[in-house]
Amino acid sequence: MTREEVYESLNEVFQNVFDDDTIQVHDETTANDIEDWDSFEHINLVIAVEKKFQVKFTVGEANEMKNVGEMVDIILERMPQ
Amino acid sequence: MQELEYPFDSEYLYQNKKKIRKQLLAELDGKNCLHKKIAILGGSTTRDIKLMLELFLLHYGICPEFYESEFNQYYQDAMFPNPKLEEFAPDVIFIHTTFRNLTDFPALGDSLETVEQLLQKEYQKYEKMWNRLADVYHCVIIQNNFEYPYYRMMGNKDASDEHGKVNFVTRLNLMFYEYAQKTAGFYIHDINYLSAQYGLEQWADPFYWHSYKYALCVPAIPDFAFSVAKIIKSLYGKNKKAFVLDLDNTLWGGVVGDDGADNLVLGHETSAGQVYCAFQEYLKEYKDFGVLLNIDSKNDYENAIAGLHHPAGVLQPEDFINIKANWEPKDRNLLQIARELNLMPESMVFVDDNPAEREIVRKQVPQAAVPEMPIEPAYYARTIDRSGFFEVTSLSEDDRKRTDMYRENARRASEEAAFENYGDYLKALHMKAEIKPFAPVYMARIAQLTNKSNQFNLTTRRYSQPEIEKLAADRDYITLYGKLEDKFGDNGVISVVIGHKLEEVLHIDLWIMSCRVLKRDMEYAMMDTLAEEAQKAGIREIRGYYYPTAKNGMVKEFYSLQGFDKIEEDSQGNTQWRLILTDGYEAKNHVIAVNG
Repeated sequence: MTREEVYESLNEVFQNVFDDDTIQVHDETTANDIEDWDSFEHINLVIAVEKKFQVKFTVGEANEMKNVGEMVDIILERMPQ
Repeated sequence: MQELEYPFDSEYLYQNKKKIRKQLLAELDGKNCLHKKIAILGGSTTRDIKLMLELFLLHYGICPEFYESEFNQYYQDAMFPNPKLEEFAPDVIFIHTTFRNLTDFPALGDSLETVEQLLQKEYQKYEKMWNRLADVYHCVIIQNNFEYPYYRMMGNKDASDEHGKVNFVTRLNLMFYEYAQKTAGFYIHDINYLSAQYGLEQWADPFYWHSYKYALCVPAIPDFAFSVAKIIKSLYGKNKKAFVLDLDNTLWGGVVGDDGADNLVLGHETSAGQVYCAFQEYLKEYKDFGVLLNIDSKNDYENAIAGLHHPAGVLQPEDFINIKANWEPKDRNLLQIARELNLMPESMVFVDDNPAEREIVRKQVPQAAVPEMPIEPAYYARTIDRSGFFEVTSLSEDDRKRTDMYRENARRASEEAAFENYGDYLKALHMKAEIKPFAPVYMARIAQLTNKSNQFNLTTRRYSQPEIEKLAADRDYITLYGKLEDKFGDNGVISVVIGHKLEEVLHIDLWIMSCRVLKRDMEYAMMDTLAEEAQKAGIREIRGYYYPTAKNGMVKEFYSLQGFDKIEEDSQGNTQWRLILTDGYEAKNHVIAVNG
């Protein structure tokens, strides 16, 4: 899967979790850019992303990712071929 | 909503909780919903537990309002004056503590006395908290027990050695249970069992603790919330009361009408036959808890009975209250059974292996529970069990005898047919009643009745056992329970009246009677005693209230039949009634011997 393809699927996950079809995320997107993205919705997001790409984040990663780009890096590195 | 019935899709529920909540609220809009205030005192994060609990409670027809303690503030909230919680006035306090809240464990070198002291110290902290909560809030308390630890320094010996954490948790749990056994209105939420059922390794996934301070893994939250909701719905009378069971391929393998009773798959000779025996054994145990067993089968009656007489069968025809084996649609049979038992259709659980029959019943009788049965009959019992239709929060003598009572009722009905005059029939029953102020031995049954009665219930007020005990001791209240027996047997406590005195007027807060004793003049015997008690207390006037619900239409004219005058009626149909006692009171019961 290319980075672009990951973003395509990731947008769907974000749209579902935050119940907003207009969301488009990119490397620099952070919690500040999405209104409902608080620490509780972050749990939903992490679980949904893990499920979608069949990856596991570590405690450190899940809580300290700086932006969506870092999340995509981990997905690309770890997802099953 | 079928999505919230076992086996639910936890992930779907978790990801769609907001959408589901909206749907549930829309479905409940305008319908009767029981409003309850629930305080969650947490020792770890509770946010999603609250959201998920709300869904399951709404599904049970309970509209919750929540108080949620700040993170890990359960102890402070419980032990110190708390104006916010006092003002909230909870109906239920749920204490969500877990293994994560235990801090002082025995060290390897500790003497047994030191271990004992540690145990007592930990336990006392909880007992003080429960006692204070009961004193201040007079409400139901639900307390988690402890799940097992996630690691074992000693391995297997952790269970048996006094210094092991597994041993420590086990002993602490036993102390919690002892408190529960002697304390009304206190219930254990068994997360020790729940976590085992879920799989402790996943349950305790430290990812969720270290990331969000959840004491259990987030994917287990729907199971957890469902489990708490089951206790609450049971407390508020939302349990089911009866099974309506199919026969062919449900209680035995094969079709009795085609294969003949001798050729059914049932019995210990074959593996498949054992499976059905085991399911029959499982169902039979329910009789002891007062759950009524009935049959709804497409069969000729004789064939059905022949199948039930199968020598390897565990359930016999006399285990059932009502056997409908005919060619009528199953939904109609189910409604007929409910009518004959004086139960609401929503009290029934329909069990059938055939998806088409389940679909018809779901469509025609949406109030009834229709569990989605697995293909494999060996898992039937699991589906029923995990659904929690009959979650036990109190168990009275009545529950244990219920099947007998209903069978006695059937004999009464045949006796009634033998009399031309109904009054003669009533006299021939030789009825004896005990009608007295609330007594300690009946408190559990009284609280249970106030929460279960829907039809013969004038105001539909619900009371917890601590509330009932408080009223019984209050001199401003007149309370009465009624117990009725006749030549066929004892019906137990079947009626409850609560009134409060305001100067010289007695206001009736609650008047309920079990439908089991309809048309026996018991309501007149109760009123006679109430009037007598009221007169003794210097009351000049009794006020009665009727608040209509979807279910209590049968008592709309109750006070009129009792000789009251209607003095008020509002646009919702709420009515107020008056009986003046100063002109004298004429007894209305002539067939029941009271307190003889």
